[in-house]
Amino acid sequence: MTDATELHDATELHGATEVHDVRLTVNGAARTAAVPARRLLSDCIRHDLGLTGTHVGCEHGVCGACTILLDGVPVRSCLMLAVSADGQQITTVEGLADPDGTLSPVQQAFTECHGLQCGFCTPGFLTTITAGLRTTPDPDEAQAREIVGGNLCRCTGYQNIVASVLRAAEILNDRKAGRA
Amino acid sequence: MSSMFGARVQRVEDDRLIRGHGAYLDDLGEDALVAAFVRSPHAHARILDIDVSGALDVPGLVAIYTYDDLPDKLAEPLPLLIPHPTLTHGRTPFPLARDEVNHVGEAIVMVVAADRYLAEDAADRIVVSYEPLPAVVGLDAARAADHLVHADVPGNLAARSTQERGDAAAAIASAPHVLELDLEIERSASTPLEGRGVLARWDDQAQRLRMWTSTQTSTGVRAAVAAKLDLALTDVDVITPDVGGGFGVKIVHPWPEEVLVPWAARLLQRPVKFTEDRREHFVASAHERAQLHHVTVGYDDDGRMVGLDVRFWHDNGAYVPYGLIVPIVTSTQLLGPYKPDAYRVEFDSLYTNTVLVTPYRGAGRPHGCFVMERTIDAIATALGLSRTVVRERNFIQPDEMPYDQGLIFQDGRPLIYDSGDYPALLAKLKDLVGWDDFAAFQENARQEGRTVGIGLACYVEGTGVGPYEGGHVIVETSGKVKVATGLTTQGQGHQTMLAQVVADELGVPFEDVEVVTGDTRRFGYAVGTFASRTAVMSGSAVALAARKARAKALRVAADALEASADDLEITNGIVQVKGDPDSGIGLGTVAVLSNPLRYAFDDAAKAATQFAGSSDDSKPPVAEDDEPGIEGRAYFSPVRSTFASGMHAAIVETDPETAEVTILRYCVVHDCGPLINPRIVEGQIHGGVAQGVGGALYERMAYDDSGQLANASFMDFLMPYVSEVPARIEIDHLETPSPLNPLGIKGAGEAGVIPGAAVLAAAIEDAEGIPVRSMPMSPSDLFELRRAYSQENS
Repeated sequence: MTDATELHDATELHGATEVHDVRLTVNGAARTAAVPARRLLSDCIRHDLGLTGTHVGCEHGVCGACTILLDGVPVRSCLMLAVSADGQQITTVEGLADPDGTLSPVQQAFTECHGLQCGFCTPGFLTTITAGLRTTPDPDEAQAREIVGGNLCRCTGYQNIVASVLRAAEILNDRKAGRA
Repeated sequence: MSSMFGARVQRVEDDRLIRGHGAYLDDLGEDALVAAFVRSPHAHARILDIDVSGALDVPGLVAIYTYDDLPDKLAEPLPLLIPHPTLTHGRTPFPLARDEVNHVGEAIVMVVAADRYLAEDAADRIVVSYEPLPAVVGLDAARAADHLVHADVPGNLAARSTQERGDAAAAIASAPHVLELDLEIERSASTPLEGRGVLARWDDQAQRLRMWTSTQTSTGVRAAVAAKLDLALTDVDVITPDVGGGFGVKIVHPWPEEVLVPWAARLLQRPVKFTEDRREHFVASAHERAQLHHVTVGYDDDGRMVGLDVRFWHDNGAYVPYGLIVPIVTSTQLLGPYKPDAYRVEFDSLYTNTVLVTPYRGAGRPHGCFVMERTIDAIATALGLSRTVVRERNFIQPDEMPYDQGLIFQDGRPLIYDSGDYPALLAKLKDLVGWDDFAAFQENARQEGRTVGIGLACYVEGTGVGPYEGGHVIVETSGKVKVATGLTTQGQGHQTMLAQVVADELGVPFEDVEVVTGDTRRFGYAVGTFASRTAVMSGSAVALAARKARAKALRVAADALEASADDLEITNGIVQVKGDPDSGIGLGTVAVLSNPLRYAFDDAAKAATQFAGSSDDSKPPVAEDDEPGIEGRAYFSPVRSTFASGMHAAIVETDPETAEVTILRYCVVHDCGPLINPRIVEGQIHGGVAQGVGGALYERMAYDDSGQLANASFMDFLMPYVSEVPARIEIDHLETPSPLNPLGIKGAGEAGVIPGAAVLAAAIEDAEGIPVRSMPMSPSDLFELRRAYSQENS
């Protein structure tokens, strides 16, 4: 992608609105977007960068579907402006698997445990749990529930999501020990 | 090869979804223009003027449409989808309000612009002048009818409907005991994480429309859009992408946006997209549940119901596009597993100036179950009998199946239960929850200063309603099997579950079967996904289609193998003489042979060409009554619904000071016949229970008197997080097969939610010793209930 082309398109799109260059590292790759100051980070990720795996469920930071990792920390991308993420590292759901396609422990656990149904909230759970297991690598059930305590799911009743957190910790530890 | 039916197979849907490669509506159409709507801020008002001049210089603006722009059939009210003889005053909205708005959120102006930000900029600058009218909010106001929602609907009454079996009044009059109860359920809503959305592309050269919509019925949308835009059905494709949950709300169609977006796309010669935001979903889609019931029950000394009379009032919101399905379901499914000697039910369906009411998972059953189960508990309390004993005495017995309840169900067919064993279910539930040991537990808790209670609730659920679904199965020359059914998917794992059915029927590896749902290009005849019907309807249809494909494959293979088709079997994708693996040919080869060719497009195809010497030259290459290919198409259309059943028990603890309710145990026993995929069925139950808990303890639509929805956000509408759902939902299954379909199955999708309010009301009542007659029960509600009760009894 070239900045010039994007700027040209963006200027047409936004008419008189001033646009700003935002430079991000997204899933390990350098990306640039030219966006108006009011563009939400979630919209930038989805519509400017084309990474539609990050979903928007409520636009007011309650549901957690849009959670991404910003410099490794889970953040609701609908509560942040794209321009304020300039220069930072972002991991979206598309960046969780290994480059060779191997599922991350959390992704693997969700498939094994039937941790998703419609899948709309799932990207936010996956990123949230990925970060949660970094700080709590060996959660008990109460801690597993705590890790997902701020994300809404309307399909699963959370039973298999909690099971997925516990299973993901097992897989993570197995992989660390070289057993998987 | 082991049977796939009944296996806990991991879902084939998941890999895409967990990698972020799902394709939900808003993930599509990055090149599309975007629509936003000006919506009414008033619950009831006359529109005096719409001034768009201030919006015209917004950059990126493409078009603004009001009612006056709508041509022909688009200028007519949206369809009343399910007419009913008693729906004497059915009213539906215009796609854009004409001269009056009847609820906050009703669409008035559509703005199309380069993106959503700009479309909302323009929408903000459009000035609509209103003459506010008195708002009718809540059932009391609707019944009082001091003001009318629709000036031409007297008494706000959309419909009054009555059904009766026997002479309930006489039975009650002569009964040894009579009880009367007033029972109320509040509004909630489906609230999927993804709202509604629609994308349309008009191909001007081909004069064809292709649209994607987050719906529970792509064929329904196609028919409605074709009719509204005056297009041939064959010139409209409707594709359901990944759908982020439905739970009922997305069965309504066409939404205003579903006809306006394709219309604008054709007019503008540009793709157009609408993605509903969260606030819009609260005020511009649909709600459910609000009903008020008055019960009169006559019973004997044993607690047997001899006469039951239920009068209830249903708040249908501002319009009734989905007809009377919710109150009809309440009025019929209320009976559950019981058989009162006589039953009369009458309901009024009433307009209010609130969001329209259409089915939400359970669709009238949670209310019916609440009414019936509260009534049974009240009888038990009055007679000093065990709640389980009173239930047992009123159960329909297994040897009474099929049991005719003597009513007409929501599908216009007799309410006849096909199968079930309610005493066995209750025995399982008592075992699972430890019913008989609870009294000791409760006493111990009491001594520790804790308040705990147990409740149970039983239900019967009509599932798999008609009229039909179809399936298509084709074996490709690669040996892969492609399956299509017309109804749609919103996360239930249909691709997995239907592939399990086809893999078994056809004798192919599960991995070789790929299922497509909700795409009119692949299957044009369908009804939709609702009423726990997919496994029953499409499961049966694809099974029958697979059987046809199998029979064809055996016939073609029999020619090739010079054997009788009766001596052949298909195992692991190989057609072979029974028990002789060396004799086999692959299904892919059979597919090649089934299609006589002139042109060899690859090596395998050579075997089917005209000089391959394999055909009898005295006969036509394709026999008169035959077709090329290994395919099967079949439809399943049952005579009537099949009836699943279940029972839930819950143990709760109530906080003496904060009045918070904590669920200590939640147990489910469930009978949906044979389980195709137990993992998926359990997942459905988990999700249903969570919604049941939400509806029982947290969720309500807080309308103020002026018709403003005060909690139209996830910050204020309390959908359960993990912390509100029981840590462990304990499940046991009973499997009594249905005689009404080839697989013996019954639906499972709504099972988890139905008894939620009923079972938690019962448990709270048991803990508190205070009659519970209204749900949901927030801590404030319970606090007030305690205060009122202590005042009454002091």
